Amino acid sequence: MKKAFLVVLLLLLVVFAFGKTYIVGTSADFPPFEYVENGEFVGFDMDLIRAIADEMGFNVKIVDMAFDSLIAALASGNLDIVVAGMTITDEREQVVDFSIPYWVADQSVVVKKGSGLNITVLFGKHNVGVQTGTTADLWVEENLVNTKILTGKFKRYETFVFAMTDLVNGNVDAIVLDSPVAEMYAKTRPVEIVGIIKTGEEYGIAVSEGNKELLNLINEGIRRLRESGKIDELISKYF
Amino acid sequence: MINSFPALLEGTWVTLKITFLSLGLGLAIALPLSFGQVYGGKGFRVFVVIYERIFRSIPELVILFLIFYGFPRAGIKFSPFTAVVLGLGIRSAAYQSQIFRGAIQSISTTQMRAARSLGMTKLQGFRHVVLPQALRVALPPWTNEFTIVLKDSSLAYALGVTELLRRGGYIISTTYEPMLIYLTVALIYFVITFTVNRSLKKVEEALAIPGFEIKESIR
Repeated sequence: MKKAFLVVLLLLLVVFAFGKTYIVGTSADFPPFEYVENGEFVGFDMDLIRAIADEMGFNVKIVDMAFDSLIAALASGNLDIVVAGMTITDEREQVVDFSIPYWVADQSVVVKKGSGLNITVLFGKHNVGVQTGTTADLWVEENLVNTKILTGKFKRYETFVFAMTDLVNGNVDAIVLDSPVAEMYAKTRPVEIVGIIKTGEEYGIAVSEGNKELLNLINEGIRRLRESGKIDELISKYF
Repeated sequence: MINSFPALLEGTWVTLKITFLSLGLGLAIALPLSFGQVYGGKGFRVFVVIYERIFRSIPELVILFLIFYGFPRAGIKFSPFTAVVLGLGIRSAAYQSQIFRGAIQSISTTQMRAARSLGMTKLQGFRHVVLPQALRVALPPWTNEFTIVLKDSSLAYALGVTELLRRGGYIISTTYEPMLIYLTVALIYFVITFTVNRSLKKVEEALAIPGFEIKESIR
């Protein structure tokens, strides 16, 4: 009897020591933040959420879906956490809760190499492209299209790779997109960055609305990793 | 490019699983539906008509979203994979039920009458006399349905199922080679479709009753 009691106690201890497993959603086509290498989810965001989980004593299971589906999946309870290079915006804040920012991004203006275009590509009758639903999308529309500064075509693409491919093919004059992603692309492809737009948007980790307990865990995790220098370590690893 | 092949094959395996499970589920629902539509009472017939009208007129992607995002509100949660199989399966059932209904009705009613005169029940007559003949008629359009479900399984990526197309997307985002990867993906879909269509054609030929084949007339 005593033995049985001890066994049960041990089992309980093991269960508690392992902590909870949270389902983390991402959209793994956004290097260097999240991408797939040898069948594993890797990237700055992926390492960050794993480090937070280690630090705060919970487990994560990473699942991937289309970027546009992430917020809906969080709201419907299919996901607990979203880490996807997601910019904190007022619209999203209404449906989900964001952690403290873990990254500040600016937008790069990219043109084809040898096109002779510079930052003035954003004015007048040029064609400019962005990835749908990104900060660049909102920024260009608000500041250039609606103000009639840009009078050419404004094109939206499903993924940044399509946008860049169209740029290299000469169908569009410039692409505006997140700086780290642009820099990585420019390393291997015939495009150049001719300017940075200081939008200073902040990436946050999202949880379903009102999940304060989990949000506090994540925020505390981000703070601790900042202090320990782990976040700087990840930045130098991926950027 | 070469080292992306294993990943694509993994995606292919998921695509095949989705396709076969959905077709199987569709078949399991479609057979009773078509049987009821031909032999059942008025109430059941109306039900079948409504079922197939509904699922044939909603875009597949909408069905998938309704199942995956809608059901959790009622407290029922599906994994993305299950949601996809359900979504493709119930729509495929609507199409397949019409394939089988047509096939059953193409078998002369005298066949059933003959079976009944031997003392078979309606169900026995259907099972042993009508169905074997009807399946032969149903095979060509059913092959078509296989192809449709295979290609629509690519919609699963929207729910986060890592099938062939999504795998391709991963590779594109790190290699920056959309054309090359999409061509490879297209080729894989083509090979599957071609192989299965060929095999089902062979089955059709093996089962054919002389004088009752469905001939493709190429003049």
